[in-house]
Amino acid sequence: MSKSCLVVDDSKVIRKVARHILESMAFAVEEAADGQEALTFCRANRPDVILLDWNMPVMSGMEFLGAFNDLDFGHDERPRVVFCTTENSIDHIRAAIEAGADEYVMKPFDRETLEGKLQLVGVA
Amino acid sequence: MMGSASESAYRVLMGVLESRTGQSLSPNRIWRIEMSLKPVMQRHGIADLDALVAALVTSTSRQLLDDTVDAMLNNETFFYREHSVFDDIATKALEHIREVNALSRRLTIWHCGVSTGQEAYSMAMLLAEQAERWAGWQIQIIGTDVSYHAISRARVGIYSQFEIQRGLPVQRMVRWFDQTEAGWLAKADLRRRIEFSVQNMLVDRPPLTHPADLIFCRNLLLYFAAPMRLKAFARLRAVAAPQSFLVLGAGETVLGQTDQFVASPRLRGLYEPADQQVRRVAA
Repeated sequence: MSKSCLVVDDSKVIRKVARHILESMAFAVEEAADGQEALTFCRANRPDVILLDWNMPVMSGMEFLGAFNDLDFGHDERPRVVFCTTENSIDHIRAAIEAGADEYVMKPFDRETLEGKLQLVGVA
Repeated sequence: MMGSASESAYRVLMGVLESRTGQSLSPNRIWRIEMSLKPVMQRHGIADLDALVAALVTSTSRQLLDDTVDAMLNNETFFYREHSVFDDIATKALEHIREVNALSRRLTIWHCGVSTGQEAYSMAMLLAEQAERWAGWQIQIIGTDVSYHAISRARVGIYSQFEIQRGLPVQRMVRWFDQTEAGWLAKADLRRRIEFSVQNMLVDRPPLTHPADLIFCRNLLLYFAAPMRLKAFARLRAVAAPQSFLVLGAGETVLGQTDQFVASPRLRGLYEPADQQVRRVAA
């Protein structure tokens, strides 16, 4: 069964690029344009991994992560969270890890980088 | 198909590479020569490959020769390349070495063809994170490569955003690297654990103080023609401890290449000195 990935980014272009890469890796891809949409999705679904932007309208990636951590996935494994953002300072990266992110992709990224990170969190 | 330069120019360049490094250019790399050498030609104000060859033949510039050879080498590497190999090394291989060297409490690692250093830093991080386990042990990590440019970069220990993201878990990145304007700099505590030096493994003896317990030689031997590869295996065996491990690249094997090493019965994908295997079986 193919793995699933929720791409959370307010940029349509980024979502399209990510979808293209992920589908070529046989992922089933869902999209959300902000943290709130992502949270609504995660209340009803359990993707294997979430690719999460930092700065988004309505609800940021960090705000999403805070709320996401409170979700109960029952016996299922918690989805992996991979930040994918232009916020590339070490302080941002440390804050993301502290908040529960499993991996961090600094934009711009290419297929190889994304694939490597997904391998690191055990979904590729 | 080759580029616009004359065939003799390619032959000279391939000869230069082989004589300096022992490496041969496979047909699928030949077509990239011109592209690889473009920055070198620009830096030295040389118009095309024929002019480069003429300059190499007539000039006494060591820099031009070094730059030319460097540009033709493949320095592709990244952190924790093939994670599963490092997982096996971190647990099983190192545990075996600990047992074998329990008295000497010495661990010697040679990264042959280390390129820009990521593989050596990967091992250094791994061992540093097992500080308690290795307390009281004398650990030597050596990284050698024929490319002076790659070794210079390895010594400095600065990696671009692209390089630092390749294979390195983010937790380790923030623990062992500082973000600087020039890139991600390996912390001094990590850099001091590795000695890098420019060496041709076919000619030079690595600066190891003791036989190597673990030798990495990944994706290097594939660039050697068969006779050179045979010599390379002999060089590796000459410095390998009797009960040691050799790590090759994913697509590489010893099968049909050498009788100096055999597949490890303990660890899939790793190799051990062949004579040691004979002794084990005999015992």
